[in-house]
Amino acid sequence: MRRRQTEWLVSLPTLAWLTLFVVIPTLLVFVIAFRPANPYGGIGRGWTLDTIRALATPNYLLIAWRTLWISLLTTAICLLLALPAGYTIARAPERWRNRLLLCVIIPFWTSFLVRVFAWRSLLHPEGPVKKALEAIGLVGPEATLLYHPAAVVLVMVYTFLPFTILPIYAAAEKFDFRLVEAARDLGARPFQSFRKIFLPGIRRGVVTAVLVVFIPALGSYIIPDLVGGPSGEMIGNKIAQRVFSDRNLPHASALSAVLVLAVLAPLVAVLVLQRKGKKSDIIMGEAP
Amino acid sequence: MAEFLEFRGVSKRFGTIQAVSDVSLEIKKGEFFSLLGPSGCGKTTMLRVAAGFEEPDAGRVFLDGQDITGLPPDKRKVNTIFQSYALFPHMTVRDNIAFGLAIAKRPKSEIRTEVDRMLELIRMADQAGKKPDQLSGGQKQRVAVARALINKPDVLLLDEPLAALDLKLRQKMLIELDIIHDEVGITFLYVTHDQAEAMSLSDRIAVMDNGRIEQVGAPAEIYESPRTSFVAAFIGDTNFLEGRVHDCLDRDYCRLAIAGLPEIFCFNDKVLQPGQPIYLSIRPEKIHISHDRPEEKSRRNYLPGIIEDVIYLGSNTKYWVRVGGYRIQVLRQHDRYFLDEKPLRWKDECWIWWHADDGFMLDHFRKADEGLLAVPPQSVGEPINGK
Repeated sequence: MRRRQTEWLVSLPTLAWLTLFVVIPTLLVFVIAFRPANPYGGIGRGWTLDTIRALATPNYLLIAWRTLWISLLTTAICLLLALPAGYTIARAPERWRNRLLLCVIIPFWTSFLVRVFAWRSLLHPEGPVKKALEAIGLVGPEATLLYHPAAVVLVMVYTFLPFTILPIYAAAEKFDFRLVEAARDLGARPFQSFRKIFLPGIRRGVVTAVLVVFIPALGSYIIPDLVGGPSGEMIGNKIAQRVFSDRNLPHASALSAVLVLAVLAPLVAVLVLQRKGKKSDIIMGEAP
Repeated sequence: MAEFLEFRGVSKRFGTIQAVSDVSLEIKKGEFFSLLGPSGCGKTTMLRVAAGFEEPDAGRVFLDGQDITGLPPDKRKVNTIFQSYALFPHMTVRDNIAFGLAIAKRPKSEIRTEVDRMLELIRMADQAGKKPDQLSGGQKQRVAVARALINKPDVLLLDEPLAALDLKLRQKMLIELDIIHDEVGITFLYVTHDQAEAMSLSDRIAVMDNGRIEQVGAPAEIYESPRTSFVAAFIGDTNFLEGRVHDCLDRDYCRLAIAGLPEIFCFNDKVLQPGQPIYLSIRPEKIHISHDRPEEKSRRNYLPGIIEDVIYLGSNTKYWVRVGGYRIQVLRQHDRYFLDEKPLRWKDECWIWWHADDGFMLDHFRKADEGLLAVPPQSVGEPINGK
């Protein structure tokens, strides 16, 4: 039992940090959601359920639904692009691998905010992308690329793609590709061996990639704010509006609480699923 | 019987390395055929060409008369047992074995009976629910065999399947593979660098070196009459003596002049000219050794020497005997070791002799092949062919 004690001692600082700066603030958010607002932008006395009731409006349902489908679509597109990319990088000759990985990481050299602004210029009605698409006749002169949910998805995919490629590459790099050869040898066509052997082999990388994209996507704020416009608003924008424009902290807290629960749901689902599969599985851990 | 799996002029290059150059090979139906050679000799490339993992740069591959050169692995009636076994880690033993049939969309009930039959064959019916990482090396190997055989391939390809096992298990699996081959009766193409494996299992062996085939033949043929110095040195152990043809006595025997030695009789099946340079190879176990000069008989070579080194190996003893400019390796099977009144010892004078039929002549010799021979301990500090 000494080992147990040492483990506790070692993880104590982290635990204290997380409790102080994550668990307690999150609980505060939940608590504030049940307090009334006061006219000065603060928190009033007493308890109320009015704020929670106020969330059940068609407008919020629309925003919640949009937040969900934009996040799901972003995750799906990221996965679809990252799987072949991760596979290719992992199979590339050694000297090429690092260069390709560098290409994945290069966008991080520029500030995230600057890159989103760059997309604004690109998608602008007078911007190069619009002009180019118009020139080849894909879109009419009236079409808007900016301020549209599609623009949000596009920029979100662009932003999250490296985070998807890296865990998939990490898993694929450890994957024994002789297994794919074995599957082909036993009669599997290329896609069958990809689906039945490669995908299960890197499933933990895929799970990590999904969580790393889907959870931040749900809480997106800057991207929908800058390229989404009113028709591309997500729940993050609503939270910001409640705080900055309405100065209604309880309302913002209630929205945040819903978001926290929405984020917890897939995490718990994954945990339960992995418990079923294997006792010792860890979400972020790669195959040993 | 006609050829079943045939390589015709196959070449394959990886970057600057010519892995296989212009190899032609015919393997008969039902045969246990081995590709034997040191690592990097191109034997695994040959196997991968047969499996469809590598496309040859030149040449064709035929299976049962059909050109299969361009076919992908899944379209060939050929299955592989990989050196690493390559069992699917996320599947149970049963699902691993069933994989080929499941991919072929065979009815569930048929798959179940077939898998049960295979589990019976490899005697692992009680392990069907286990995952590969719960199995021992030998069990993994047996699952790999079952997974390949369930597809009833025309040819089973085995890529050093025993290399990952320890010695005792290897010997056991060797016998199992032999039994399985007898039972299923399909063609086996077996790749190995271990001559003992190849010798004990194969109907025929192709010895490969540097991407070429040095010799094809039955194990005894390859051992008893190697055609090149490489084959002589790689399969078993031997002594190389360099000399010239002195004269030919009749159709079967000739005499060789070897510097520092009396004339040597040797069996001859070649057309030789007197004076032509020649290399004599004589295997250590064919040479007899004793203290006293033996009674002379015809067609034998008798040489006096001094024992320079003795290595006791239990079932036999190795001697290195100085004869003229040569150190000749002699292997002697023990009879009654402790009852021997005059055991041969270091620095003893002795006689060695062998029958003319037991030596064989090579007209080509590669100096590098000497490196394949068992070398005496460093302390002796003499080159093998010290002049």
